[in-house]
Amino acid sequence: MLTCKDFLNELSDYMDESLDADIRAKLESHIAECPNCWVIADTTRRTIQIYKGMEPYPVPADVQSRLMQALERKIAARQK
Amino acid sequence: MLTAAPNEETRGIMKNRLMTAPSLAEADEATLVAQSREGDGRAFGELVRRYESKIFRLAQHVTQNREDAEDVLQETFLKAYEHLDQFQGAAKFYTWIVRIAVNQALMKLRRRRTDRSVSLDEAIDTGEDTIVREVAAWDENPEQRFSRAEFGQILDEAIQGLEPPYRSVFVLRDIDELSTEETADALGLSIPAVKSRLLRARLQLREKLTRHFKRKGDDAFAYL
Repeated sequence: MLTCKDFLNELSDYMDESLDADIRAKLESHIAECPNCWVIADTTRRTIQIYKGMEPYPVPADVQSRLMQALERKIAARQK
Repeated sequence: MLTAAPNEETRGIMKNRLMTAPSLAEADEATLVAQSREGDGRAFGELVRRYESKIFRLAQHVTQNREDAEDVLQETFLKAYEHLDQFQGAAKFYTWIVRIAVNQALMKLRRRRTDRSVSLDEAIDTGEDTIVREVAAWDENPEQRFSRAEFGQILDEAIQGLEPPYRSVFVLRDIDELSTEETADALGLSIPAVKSRLLRARLQLREKLTRHFKRKGDDAFAYL
């Protein structure tokens, strides 16, 4: 019989769907009977989903220009 | 040290040498790396274009300082170009530059925190991080309670509240969507260390977000 602590230790692998089928079935059985762990699983899954949807930070034009200029100098120096 | 902004003449040269042609935009990573090694600046410019936003985001998350992140971005790609010969094709180019970026970012952190060193190997596993203190169901669509800017600020502040070793793992695994193995490789950590830190990062973030997103009337309570 799984405890809540057992469930918590396996939570990440459960979220990543990287567990064996038998362990997964035991976790799902635990969630079905434990409201707290159901909430933990649901809110953790939503936490991951929210952050996965974050856009990369656009690089400001002036920062990009400085980067490209520095690279240009590096490339030119190598080609001399 | 950052260089001055380019003038018109420099911009023209950059356009010729570093701006990417349509064919480069469609080229696979291995081809671009090979062309860059042969001195093709345009190919390297395309690699920069593909990954600069992600490296910039990673640098900001690790350093938590805009100016440092700009330096890290530049230093990462300059070092990558300089040491391109050392890149082993077995790993993804992105994983390789992430390792450079993380090292650069940690050096910045160390300089700012002169009172103590900062390392991804810090002894951080106190055993208390997996204690769940708040359990409360969230609203169906919590983002609707906030403006776009407020929502983004909540997410940013939650991540910034994590210790650097947790933050780096979370950003690479759950935002950049690198595999556990790639994250371990990029950060120089073991796979169990990545898994352990990811679990703690996820639980801590879940808890921080619960304070903002919990359904009204749901009482949070201690657990485990």
